[in-house]
Order: sequence, then C-alpha cells, then structure tokens
Amino acid sequence: MKRFLCFVWKESLHIFRDYRTMLILFGIPVAQIMLFGYVITNELKDIRIAVLDHSKDEATREITRKILSSGFFILDRTLDSADQMEEVFREGKVKEVVVFPPGFAEKMQRLSGADIQLVADASDANTARLVVNHTSAIIRDYLQKRIAETSMPMKITPGVRMFYNPSLKGVYMFVPGIMAMILVLVSALMTSVSIAREKEYGTMEVLLVSPLRASQIILGKVTPYMVLSVINAVSIILLGNLVFGVPVQGSNVLLLGVSILYIFLALTIGIFISTLVRTQQMAMFMSIFILMLPTILLSGFIFPIENMPKILQWFSALLPPRWFIVIVKSIMLKANGLLYIWKELLILAGMSLLFLVMSFMRFRVRLE
Amino acid sequence: MAAHNTPVIDVKEMTKTFGSFVANDRLTFRVERGEIFGFLGANGAGKTTAVRILCGLSAPTSGQITVAGYDVWTQSEQIKRNIGYMSQRFSLYEDITVYENIRLFGGIYGLSRRQIRERAGELLGRLGLENQRDTLIASLPLGWRQKLAFSIAIIHRPGIVFLDEPTGGVDPITRRQFWDLIYETAQSLITVFVTTHYMDEAEYCDRLCVMDEGRIVAMDTPYRLKQQYGAQDMNEVFIKIARKEI
Repeated sequence: MKRFLCFVWKESLHIFRDYRTMLILFGIPVAQIMLFGYVITNELKDIRIAVLDHSKDEATREITRKILSSGFFILDRTLDSADQMEEVFREGKVKEVVVFPPGFAEKMQRLSGADIQLVADASDANTARLVVNHTSAIIRDYLQKRIAETSMPMKITPGVRMFYNPSLKGVYMFVPGIMAMILVLVSALMTSVSIAREKEYGTMEVLLVSPLRASQIILGKVTPYMVLSVINAVSIILLGNLVFGVPVQGSNVLLLGVSILYIFLALTIGIFISTLVRTQQMAMFMSIFILMLPTILLSGFIFPIENMPKILQWFSALLPPRWFIVIVKSIMLKANGLLYIWKELLILAGMSLLFLVMSFMRFRVRLE
Repeated sequence: MAAHNTPVIDVKEMTKTFGSFVANDRLTFRVERGEIFGFLGANGAGKTTAVRILCGLSAPTSGQITVAGYDVWTQSEQIKRNIGYMSQRFSLYEDITVYENIRLFGGIYGLSRRQIRERAGELLGRLGLENQRDTLIASLPLGWRQKLAFSIAIIHRPGIVFLDEPTGGVDPITRRQFWDLIYETAQSLITVFVTTHYMDEAEYCDRLCVMDEGRIVAMDTPYRLKQQYGAQDMNEVFIKIARKEI
C-alpha cells in the first residue's frame, strides 16, 4: 500500500508540475461551458417572424404591432395561407410564424377564448424556446391590459408548435454533452498519454522491474486522474447551474455515481489505448480520433441521433458518451431514478468490463 | 543470505527465441557475489535480451535460471525485491526533482521514511549533489543523471544490480567516474552485471562474457582474454573474435 501511495504521489507531481496539463484539466471545461452556454443562450434581437392573419381585425393588428415594437422581432413577411409556412421555414430566415385564426377578436370574448398559434423553427432548439416564450409574454401582456381597460373577461390561448424538432431536444444539452466530452478527454486521453510517456522514456521498464505489481502501476497512474475527473464533473455541473441555471432535478448522489462509472469506463479505455501505442503522440491521436471527434459528432451532443443515417446510428451506439448523455439528461432534466436508466448503466458497466479484460490481456501479451 | 561461495546468478542453457529468431542460444554462466560481470557484444548480439530475462521483464523460452537464489520461472516477485536495474534509456523522471526521485524509488522498494532520509543524504553527499537536491532532473547534465540513476538503482541495497548499457552517450572521462561508483558498489558486495559495447568499459570488468549472434563466444577475465588472443587491448580481442580468428 505504501509503495502504491508513493507512486500515486509521484503521478500527482507530474500533473501539478506541468502547467499545460493543468490548463487542459481545468481551463478547457470552464472555457467550453462558457462558450457553449453563451453561444446557445445569446439574447434575442431582430428575430425575423412572419404573420399569418386569417382574421385581420383590430385585435390581431394590435397584437402584431405590439410584437413588432417589442424590439425583439422584425416582420419578414405576411402570409396568406398555411401552405406557405413550410417554405418560409425552409428558407431559414424566419424563426417564427404567428397564426391568428379567423374571427379572433370575437372569439377572444367568448368563454372558450381565442387560439393563437406560435410556430417556431426548432432546429435551433434554444432560440425557438426563447422566441416562443417572448411572444407568449407579449400576448399575455396585451391581454392583461385589455382586461384592465374594458373590465371584460377575455381569453387567448397560445398554442405552440415546434417545427423540425418537436420535443425541443438540444435545450440544456450542452451540460451533459460537455461532461461527456471533458471526462473522456481528461480520463482517457490523459491516462493513455501518461502511460505512453513512461514507455517512451523507458521508465516503464524500471517500474516493471521494481516490486510494484502491474496492477499497482496501472492503478497508481489512474487514481490521480480519477480524482481530477470527479472534481471536473462537479465543477461542470456547478458552473452550468450557477452561470446558466441548468438545474439538477434528480438525485445528486445518483448523478455523481453515474459520473464515476463513466469516468471509470473512460479510464479503462485510456489504459487500453496505452497498450496499443508506443509514444505519447500516438496515444494522443488515438484518443482524439477514436474518442473526441466521435463524441462531439455522433454522441447526440450536437447533432440529434434520430436524424443520422442508420449506419451512423448503429455506430453511435458503440460510443460510451452516447449512453452517458442519455443518463445525465434523464437525471438532470427529468429527475428520473435508477428505474429509468438501468439499461444504459448496464451498457456502460459492460463496456468497462470489456475494456478492462482487453487491456489486461494486451498487457500480459506484451510482457511475454 | 546465501553462502559466500554459491553463485549469485546461475544460468544453465538459457534460450530465448522470437519466432524463428534465436536471441539467446543456450547461454550458460555463473556470476559470483561481489563480482563485476560484463556482457560485451555488438548491438543485436543478445545482451539486452539476456538482461531482461534475468530481471524478470521477459520470460525465457527454456533453461534453468536462478537470480539471487530465486528461480526466474516461479519466484520473480522475490527476485524483483533483490535486484536493482538501470537501463540504457534514461530511467529517472525528468519533471520531478532529485530528492523526489530518491523518495519515489525508496518508497517503491519499501524503505521507511527514515531510511529514505538517511540514504538520500548519504547518496547526495557521495555524489556531491547536496545543492542540487531540489533541482529538476531535466536540468542536470547527462553524466550526473546517470550517476544519480545508478545510485538510486541501488538505494534499497540489492544483492545484484543490472546495468544495461548504462553509459550510453557520455564521454570517456565521465564513464571513468561512473566506473569509480561501480567499484565502490562492488566492494560492498553488491554484484554488478553490466552490458556494454565500449571496449574501455570492458577492461574495467572482473570477468567478461563476449557475445555474438546470441551465443557466448568467450568468457574469462580481461587479462586472460588478452593473453589468449595475443592482443594488446580488448578492442583487438573483440575484433579477432568477430573475425573468428581463434
């Protein structure tokens, strides 16, 4: 045990001495969170909308005027029929269409109230959500003022429809996505590089000749990164929460437990990569090309998996981050418990076991 | 503790093959306690393969081998505790300090804190590195690093220390200084097993084993080898052996 601790101490020295490592470990997560957070939650300004007014009465004109004078929206065009809607969205400039049904002003005063339909282009899910919320707020505001003026009961029910992405996937996605990416980066890339470094410098031989067991060497290399990754996971969640208000609806303990499982998996992948390579550079390339890029492109972090070709969907099922993102979203946003995520957890656990066994076999082969 | 007259390394018919390539062909030799035993040969002669087997880094294909009285097939854990090792490639961690390296390897070999402190002081004193205690290894000259690496390789006072081309890349004067350290070590009855392709180093050994293409082609003291081949120095001996003029 003392031998082992001594080794962990040395490994930590490597990390803390090298400011570049520290920068990767702690700078990147913060930068990523800030970047993604601000890119996605940028404020609304000059959003182009279209109006489809079947009613053309004073109420609809007043509402349209209020929406356009709010400063958030610009009228791109007025439509004549619902058929034009798809074409307008396809062009991509218009982010929202406001649809007034026939006889709007009259219906407003009925008990059933008037419907107003807000159709948003949800391919950019976050903007769509913001646009719709703003428009609803303006309409609510109008309604309240009218009620105050006339002291008559009136009702408008905004109905929201999301075009392209009905369930609004993508909202809050960046926190789980960044966690998935950073933890893979830190755990797999850093461990594989640091083990490869021992091989490259010839210090691995010295360690193998020493009374340290192979398992102690590997564990010793991995332990500091495990600790750092957990700290990273916690700081990403905290940053997301404090700076961007991304909530953790579910159990914090469960979230932490799941993250530790995922980190463990990433570490076993890192160990496995290190058994395949001889140099640090190789380790870095392998980690980036087989882990980082697929994580960004195929894990559902940025591009929805449902929209991918079938082959890529299958491929993405092989990626640990894909399952991790599902789990984290489920816990953070839907407050789901173990009951809902056990399948994904089993997949992650199975993958860890697989990589552990494969690394172990490779390690033995190498010693022969 | 083994009795004084039993060999520290006893190798019979050690063979190592990689596919059809025979790296070590039925090597047989003994090394006595406190001896400086040299393996001389060109690159690819099989020196490093032999050392790696004796250290437990690689398994032999066949043969009876004991190191420090333990069998390489079954008792590699005990062997590891009783040997030191320094390889041709540099073996200290460059991004941590001199003292931290000492502490690390002391710890790995199970020394207590007090032992580490005492031996570190002694070691730094002997090498004249007291002022470099907190210097990063990366900023030490190569010659110093190698002396330090050697001293750290024997910090746990092993029965045997294996040096695999320890002085690669340093000048003859530094090599001479390095050998002074080796003599000191051998005097304290630590057996030194060294591989080299430098002829001046070969002269310094008590006994020498010349290897060629995986086989032992000559084994004796440098003095008697020179006599036997009628040569002025080891260089001539080596050339005559290589040309097979026996």
